[in-house]
Amino acid sequence: MASSSERSPPPFPDTEDQDVLDSEEVGGRDSDEDDGEELFMSASNTPLTKQDTPTSPDSQASDLMEDLSVGPPSSQTEKSAASSFPEEFVDLTNNLDAESRVAAEISSPEPSDEFFDILGSETQKVEVEASVKADSGAPQRKASSRPEKGLFGEPDEDLFGEPLGAMSKKTTENEGKSSTAKAAGPTFSKPTDPADIFTEEAATTVPRTSNTVNSKANGVHSEEDLFTEATVELSLDSPRSSRKNEDTSKPSASSSSSSLSAPARQAKPPPAALEELEDEEEAELEDKFDVLVSVKDPEKVGDGMNAYMAYKVSTETTLPMFRNKLFTVRRRFSDFLGLYEKLSEKHGPNGLIVPPPPEKSILGMTKVKVGKEDSSSADFLERRRGALERYLQRVVNHPLLLQDPDVREFLEKDELPRAVSTQTLSGAGFLKMINKATDAVSKMTIKMNESDAWFEEKLQEVESADQHFRKLHALVESLVVHRKELSLNTANFAKSAAMLGSAEDNTALSRALSQLAEVEDKIEQLHQDQAAYDTFSFAELIADYIRLLGAVRGSFDHRIKAWQRWQDAQAMLQKKRETEAKLLWANKPDKLQQAKDEIVEWEARVTQFERDFERVSATVRKEVLRFEKQRTKNFKRQITKYLELLLQSQQQLIKYWEAFLPEAKAIA
Amino acid sequence: MMQEGLDDGPDFLSEEDRGPRAVNVDLEMDATLQVDISDALSERDKVKFTVHTKSTLPNFKQNEFSVVRQHEEFIWLHDSFVENEDYAGYIIPPAPPRPDFDASREKLQKLGEGEGSMTKEEFTKMKQELEAEYLAIFKKTVAMHEVFLCRVAAHPVLRKDLNFHVFLEYNQDLSVRGKNKKEKLEDFFKNVVKSADGVLVAGVKDVDDFFEHEKTFLLEYHNRVKDSSAKCDRMIRSHKNAADDMNRIASSLYTLGTQDSTDLCKFFLKVSELFEKTRKIEARVAADEDLKLADLLKYYLRESQAAKDLLYRRSRSLVDYENANKALDKARAKNRDVMQAENNQQLCCHKFEKISESAKQELIDFKTRRVAAFRKNLVELAELELKHAKGNLQLLQSCLGVLKGNT
Repeated sequence: MASSSERSPPPFPDTEDQDVLDSEEVGGRDSDEDDGEELFMSASNTPLTKQDTPTSPDSQASDLMEDLSVGPPSSQTEKSAASSFPEEFVDLTNNLDAESRVAAEISSPEPSDEFFDILGSETQKVEVEASVKADSGAPQRKASSRPEKGLFGEPDEDLFGEPLGAMSKKTTENEGKSSTAKAAGPTFSKPTDPADIFTEEAATTVPRTSNTVNSKANGVHSEEDLFTEATVELSLDSPRSSRKNEDTSKPSASSSSSSLSAPARQAKPPPAALEELEDEEEAELEDKFDVLVSVKDPEKVGDGMNAYMAYKVSTETTLPMFRNKLFTVRRRFSDFLGLYEKLSEKHGPNGLIVPPPPEKSILGMTKVKVGKEDSSSADFLERRRGALERYLQRVVNHPLLLQDPDVREFLEKDELPRAVSTQTLSGAGFLKMINKATDAVSKMTIKMNESDAWFEEKLQEVESADQHFRKLHALVESLVVHRKELSLNTANFAKSAAMLGSAEDNTALSRALSQLAEVEDKIEQLHQDQAAYDTFSFAELIADYIRLLGAVRGSFDHRIKAWQRWQDAQAMLQKKRETEAKLLWANKPDKLQQAKDEIVEWEARVTQFERDFERVSATVRKEVLRFEKQRTKNFKRQITKYLELLLQSQQQLIKYWEAFLPEAKAIA
Repeated sequence: MMQEGLDDGPDFLSEEDRGPRAVNVDLEMDATLQVDISDALSERDKVKFTVHTKSTLPNFKQNEFSVVRQHEEFIWLHDSFVENEDYAGYIIPPAPPRPDFDASREKLQKLGEGEGSMTKEEFTKMKQELEAEYLAIFKKTVAMHEVFLCRVAAHPVLRKDLNFHVFLEYNQDLSVRGKNKKEKLEDFFKNVVKSADGVLVAGVKDVDDFFEHEKTFLLEYHNRVKDSSAKCDRMIRSHKNAADDMNRIASSLYTLGTQDSTDLCKFFLKVSELFEKTRKIEARVAADEDLKLADLLKYYLRESQAAKDLLYRRSRSLVDYENANKALDKARAKNRDVMQAENNQQLCCHKFEKISESAKQELIDFKTRRVAAFRKNLVELAELELKHAKGNLQLLQSCLGVLKGNT
């Protein structure tokens, strides 16, 4: 679920144009290596051309170095350092080139990829170095030459580097051209400078290799920008690197194949086996979160109608952005809703799919409030607890939402200002209702001539899926009801059979009947458990997705809104232009200047809105793809789990009946 | 690809077909008189049973013959046994229940009405299901009628009954009519009187410990078995409902699978297939429970009622005998009609003794039969449950294997 591939970088309209996304689709595979690579390719054209005409790695390296030198303004020292080491690069490239050729059996590896690999591996080296020598402020020369030695000495080491190479690619996604330099930069930069990206990277990776640099990690903590974003991805990827360690040859094959760019992929697709391997890897990654959130111990606070449920929210994390590795706070239900409100307000308009929390349930809560300790309210609480947990987990799994200060605050801060606007009957709630109504009206009135078939198709898909999920949910709920009924009736029958057994005057038959009653009693428990599985593994999963599909639709709506803004601005501009023309005709120079200013202003706005729209579109697209991937994984995992539970109960059933059979045979 | 053995509609019924024959009663079949229902035909609201007899008894003209009989004729036969004073000392085999296809028919009709609102696949599926259900009820009905005949044929006394022979042999309509309203009303009153009388008579302390014990046992047993039967029915019904839900979930998943564009579609289809098959198994579990457990309980509900009736008749004749004794004492005291009273007393005594004698044997037989039937059915039930659970397990395992292989 939380595989690195799911994490899409923040929208950068400059680097992400339609082409990128299209090629993604054409490629048919959305692994993030792809993403990163493609984005990188389109961002800086040099590698693309190089792929068409493969030249010696030497020239590429220097080419890239040129690129680098125009890169970040902060790397003045790096520039000189970089230019003084081209040979090294050449050597490294050649060396690694050969290696991966052997390892991956890729007939013509992409030199530029290899380049990244080297960078990655070198970065890794330096980081390890840096972690040791950070305080003493090791000379750059030493730092950069040591890894080189190590690399040649132990050729296998480059496997460590590959994931890092992928990471630096991700940075490219964020930063476009300049990040190329950044990826290269670390090799020569002084690791102690906290403002430097490299340090951030180092800081996050290093804790994995050695725990000595924790203090540095804290420096990153306060930062909240794209760099930290890169940090997260980086560290999320690191389990991968450790796994690669274990299995040397295969992952290197898969990762180098995955670092092939899309055009190259089309030209000569890597063997299917490799892709499968990758898939497996992704599947493995699913369960690895760096932030694990659990919601536990629902507890009633207060009495009467003012009572509310408080939940224990525990977070377990290895991310350095949090102060501790394990912390727990108490949150009430409305806090969860409040978090959602904040997030959707902030990120919704950008086209992000903000995972929705479970709905307020006045009926269920009233029951709990009244204090009825029956099974239905326990059921309700358990459902809600599970839903809240999954909701939070989805939030922290989202790379962007995790960065949100509100999320962090929610997870970490002891006291949270009470979220008032979530109350149904408050003024804010009323306002919200009105807003929703106007939204609905505008949704009906806005007619967007959809230029993009993809969105049209997806929207339809989402809507039909929503409908089907609702139907399925109702069916599963009815299955749950019937299973519960079955369980109850089985219990009744068990009792009755026991009575019949006691009435029976044949000893053996009487015994068998009471045994039957026992078996039925156990089966009753099985049915009850199964009803619970149905509810929690199946029905709730579907309910989650009904909610999420609503969120997906919401992001579509936001896109349409952005479009509407753009259109409105265009109409406005048109009007202003007409006014200008009129004024020109009427020959009123004093007002003309004002009109011209206005036109300029509106032109800027139109461009701005258009860009906004494009950005939102791109984000929505990405988010939907991410959503779909997660959905696939989530469904597969959940349903497999569900089936496993069913399997277990069947095994139990077999055991019970097997125990009964001799009893039945003993009747004489 | 998985579990081909489970995908067998006909087997589902053939098994049921095989099952009910002599399921509920354990009878040693006697080669001199063998009765079975070889065929049955459902015409509108009537069911015509072809009763096939194989006999070496001299009373019959031929060794093998078949007649067509209806449910009402079975009832007539049963009633003729009940009304026959000579059989007062026997447990009269309980009459088969009336064929009841109304519920099934109604469902079929509803389905026809709702045809427009569902997809073609759903409709065919539902229709097949209802047809299977109908067939199952039909077969069950046939089995119940057959069991009645078998019981009679196996009974040492009842098998010699003239009415029974006529029933078996006379190849034309017996032209028994259903009871008219007046007769029904009479029956009703008779029943009321009988149950009131039964309460009175039950209060009489029996001299015989065996019968006293049997009486208390049967009274309790009957109530318990009634309760169990009802509970069992309810359990099976909810089981069937759950199975139906699975069916619908399967078709819903199927639509999801066909509509989805992501690679989840295959997954949905697979799970849908699994649900479909699980549904079949669950439905069969329910059907088998119905057959092995519910039917058994139902049969013994009726049989225990018949045994209770026997005890009632005995107690009644005991009371009659005691009354006759009192009347005789009175007559002797008054010295009037002594002869008549004496005769009456003699008659009652004889009757009572005769009933007691045969009833004792009958009740012992009843117990043996019951234990044997329960044993047989419970063993079969456990075996079938095991079979289905294992099938289900295998299904889940292979499905999980496929799903995991895909991921």
